[in-house]
Amino acid sequence: MAKIEDKPIIQMRGVTKRFGKFEALKSVDLEVATGEVVVLLGPSGSGKSTLIRCINLLETYEDGEIIVDGIRVEEGRALRQVREEVGMVFQAFNLFPNLTVLDNVALGPVRVRKMSWDAARKRARTLLERVGIGEQADKYPIQLSGGQQQRVGIARALAMEPHILLFDEPTSALDPEMVGEVLDVIRGLVDGGTTMLLVTHEMGFARKIADRIVFMEAGEIKEIADPDIFFTNPSSERARAFLDAVLNH
Amino acid sequence: MDIVSTFFNIDVLVRYMPLLLEGLWRTIALGFLSIVLGLIGGLVLAMGRLYGAAPIRFLVIGYVDVFRAIPVLVWLVIVYYALPFLGIRLSPFASAATALTMISSAYTAEIYRAGIEAIPRGQFEAGQSIGLSTFDLMRDVILPQAIRIVVPPLTNNSINVMKDTALASVVAMPDLLKQATQAQALAANPTPLIGAAILYLILLLPLVRLVAVFEKRLGRSARR
Ligand SMILES: Nc1ncnc2c1ncn2[C@@H]1O[C@H](COP(=O)(O)OP(=O)(O)O)[C@@H](O)[C@H]1O
Ligand SMILES: [Mg+2]
Repeated sequence: MAKIEDKPIIQMRGVTKRFGKFEALKSVDLEVATGEVVVLLGPSGSGKSTLIRCINLLETYEDGEIIVDGIRVEEGRALRQVREEVGMVFQAFNLFPNLTVLDNVALGPVRVRKMSWDAARKRARTLLERVGIGEQADKYPIQLSGGQQQRVGIARALAMEPHILLFDEPTSALDPEMVGEVLDVIRGLVDGGTTMLLVTHEMGFARKIADRIVFMEAGEIKEIADPDIFFTNPSSERARAFLDAVLNH
Repeated sequence: MDIVSTFFNIDVLVRYMPLLLEGLWRTIALGFLSIVLGLIGGLVLAMGRLYGAAPIRFLVIGYVDVFRAIPVLVWLVIVYYALPFLGIRLSPFASAATALTMISSAYTAEIYRAGIEAIPRGQFEAGQSIGLSTFDLMRDVILPQAIRIVVPPLTNNSINVMKDTALASVVAMPDLLKQATQAQALAANPTPLIGAAILYLILLLPLVRLVAVFEKRLGRSARR
């Protein structure tokens, strides 16, 4: 495991998110330490995506506060600063279809970090090698398999050298035979010291890489536990029922 | 007099061709300028509509609604004949370009908006998540994708603008139609009008074909 420093890099206090009258997050408190790997589990619709999307303000929230690396996450000036530090990997990849794989990865550094295209592309190649698809650099996303596309998605996020990586079900849209290659890449990032929040349904993987499991239901955090404890002896009835459902079917 | 010497009188046509061509160039200049300015104006309006603060959004909505509702000819006549009462006196060409641009912008704004809204939300989110500014997001990610969607309707709109240039003859602009009616009066023969119609067709038929090709290609790639 990576060394976890005590200083929380993410602090969420009383975060409440509503869609109209419906409360998707109900006063959520969560602190994540620098370098920590947190896996969010919970039934569909429990608010896992909403929670991690609030961290880079892809979702606005109505109440409470989120502080990332000492910066309050809110609309305005600080927002882009936060987004530069927080990378995100999406379930649906969301690669830019109009750009080559290489430029998908290079775009952020060029526009946001003001790097030259030459330098950014050189680095992008290195990153693509690192996720095992160096030879696909000059293709367009549509020409790649799902697993390869998601690895580009990861490289694109890494190119910004984020302190925090958010993964929202990164393997859920993949054919089963491609899940492994993406999980391998994510596992390779764990020891790099990057703080990670990961939503996944891959229970074995979650247990292996997580420092802590956060279990959610109906917009609330029901349990936060060490993975070994969570998977063998969860304290809440809800978590027990959830594990029963996912592990025995 | 037989039909041919009345409507297709070669002598008349040859004699008045320079007059017609002069009008044609003016028509093209007016149409081209109005189309280009309308494309730029519409993009600005669409950005205001989608990303502006509330007052800007409402202003743009009002503008777009009004200028899609008002007949081109009515607005053109107002710009040319009514604005001088406010001390704004524009030449026929400038009046026509102003009126056509203002109306075209309203239409292109709606086309851009629809094109941008057709881009999946995930594209915006991915761009935002790597920290792109709204400007960079538009330039590098959204507009290059939206362009494929908006080119056919924008071409259609351009055809309409080019056709509407004929209305400028009402405010005494010597465009193709005006020159043709003048030539017809001088020659006491309708051939110049037929000649003008043919010149309009030569100008616009390729564009109409182009739209058909675009639409076919887009339909095919959408199905893929
Ligand atoms: N844009 C939205 N509009 C309305 N309701 C939404 C929206 N996004 C999510 N929700 C609702 O919020 C709840 C939490 O959603 P989500 O965070 O996506 O759950 P999870 O990722 O745990 O499956 C769900 O009930 C969902 O229907
Ligand atoms: Mg989700």
